[in-house]
Amino acid sequence: MRAADLVQFAWRVVGGYRTRTALILLAMGIGVAAVIAVSSIGEGARLYIVNQFGSLGTHLVIVLPGRSETAGAMPGVLIGRTPRDLTIEDALALKRSAAVRRLAPLIVGAGDIRAGALSREAPVLGSTAALMDIRHMTLSQGGFLPEGDPRLSQPVCVVGAKLATELFGTRPALGEWLRIGDWRFRIVGVLAAQGQSLGFNTDEIVIVPLAAAQALFDTESLFRILVEAKSREDISVAKADVEEILRERHEGKRDVTVITQDAVLATFDRILRALTLAVGGLAAISLAVAGILIMNVMLIAVTQRRSEIGLLRALGATGQQIRLAFFTEAVLLALGGAGCGLAVGKLGQLAIAQLYPNIPFTPPWWALVAAPTTAIVTSVVFSVLPARRAARLDPVQALSKR
Amino acid sequence: MIRLQGIERVFRVGEEAVHALRGVDLEIEAGEYLSIMGPSGSGKSTLLNIIGLLDRPSAGRYALDARDVTGLSDDDQARVRREKIGFVFQFFHLVPRLTAAQNVELPMMLAGIAPAERAKRLAQLLGDYGLSDRAGHRPDQLSGGQCQRVAIARAMAMQPSVLLADEPTGNLDRHTGQDVMAVLEAVHHAGGTLLVVTHDPEIGARAHRRLRMVDGAIAADERS
Repeated sequence: MRAADLVQFAWRVVGGYRTRTALILLAMGIGVAAVIAVSSIGEGARLYIVNQFGSLGTHLVIVLPGRSETAGAMPGVLIGRTPRDLTIEDALALKRSAAVRRLAPLIVGAGDIRAGALSREAPVLGSTAALMDIRHMTLSQGGFLPEGDPRLSQPVCVVGAKLATELFGTRPALGEWLRIGDWRFRIVGVLAAQGQSLGFNTDEIVIVPLAAAQALFDTESLFRILVEAKSREDISVAKADVEEILRERHEGKRDVTVITQDAVLATFDRILRALTLAVGGLAAISLAVAGILIMNVMLIAVTQRRSEIGLLRALGATGQQIRLAFFTEAVLLALGGAGCGLAVGKLGQLAIAQLYPNIPFTPPWWALVAAPTTAIVTSVVFSVLPARRAARLDPVQALSKR
Repeated sequence: MIRLQGIERVFRVGEEAVHALRGVDLEIEAGEYLSIMGPSGSGKSTLLNIIGLLDRPSAGRYALDARDVTGLSDDDQARVRREKIGFVFQFFHLVPRLTAAQNVELPMMLAGIAPAERAKRLAQLLGDYGLSDRAGHRPDQLSGGQCQRVAIARAMAMQPSVLLADEPTGNLDRHTGQDVMAVLEAVHHAGGTLLVVTHDPEIGARAHRRLRMVDGAIAADERS
């Protein structure tokens, strides 16, 4: 029997029993679509987190004052005061490391911002000119903080897009003066609107020179030092260098915490990937169920088509040909089901993407391969038994009933 | 061309052994027209099934065209069946979802004949059996007589040397039955061997050689 004829024969069976075919396609399709939809939600969440971290900056090493003895918690966040503060000198010393491209010390506080009669509370960041490049900030107007010695203060500031509109309306904010506490700053730049980034909205902040922030908040200690390594490979070198330099400067005490963006990212990545796999695996169970359904339907088909099988034997079909005919039928059904599932899954994914445009829902490649493959493999495996039963049917008995 | 020697067929029904055939010896020459008659359970159909290689004898030897086919594997028997034997059944056994033409084409498809050759033979067969205008109809759109014509055309598709008919008129009215017999006899006139199992004495009497079976053995073998 020619392969084309075999497929045609099976195709006529599939087309001959429409309801049955439709039901199997439905079951298979739901299984495949579920795997694809569920895994693209998981993958979407993963990519969302990865992108969020990416927007913080690349090749980032973050230095926090204080050291937590217990793993897991973010030290320095919970502990306000630490035995030894990070200082500007500490930050400048880090430039000795060959793996460090640039760094930005950071002081964060809340300030009372006034412009004319308007006033509001806003986060105030003290930093240096390098911050803009490290955090990938973009300006809509003017320039950023001036380059130069971070120990020298200048009365200038850069404001977030939303804050500028709130304080000045449609008037140009550039060149205007702000009061933060008792200090006056001239606006030299306005940030472009960027929106939320890991819970920190850069649209509502004011950035002032580091020394100005120190004076403003009356503190010497830094909140963070953001260090950018020269390349991805240099991140671990930079981390080791930073730890070593600060240990030397702090009389041999390891009293800072150095985290790399990569490490945090990798953890999130692992957790979310495992989650996606687990949920996708659960959805894949429905594929196994669909496979069993195919087996049941094929077993019923063997009983229903007893006389047809007997006839085929009488016409000279070998057992192998009967087996192949049933096998091909199951594979056609599985292929159709997988095709439907892929289409429905894709539509579902597009629908979810319409609802949540911020999250990049996309089915991971392994789901696109695994879902249809599982569908086809299960139906092939589960059609072995019915096909063998059909081939073993005694032709005389099969023909004896009408 | 068909030579049966000491054919036995024993079925097990529970503890009991039922002898469907007891020591049947039979020789049939090429081109013979033979009817097998006898009461229900006398073994006529079993004999036909053994000749058609659908069933295996419990003992005895069967030679077809001077070749011993008793011990062939299932697949080899299937090939012999495909090349040399045509079946016609009481209940037609057409595949309901296939058209008349597709039903006739089925054995050629199983034999792996090229589509072009198949189309040629199919047109010839449909013409020969007066089915050209019914080619695209499915069995439920055909009369009983037409269904049996399709079945005969299908049985003849591989140009077998032996045509086996098990109660071919059993499910047809008298007039249509005679019509179908004429079609079968045309195969015999063209030189084919024709075996007809029947209950109907009138149908049986048309054959040139008439076997009568009782209790799994040949009780009478008449020629005219």
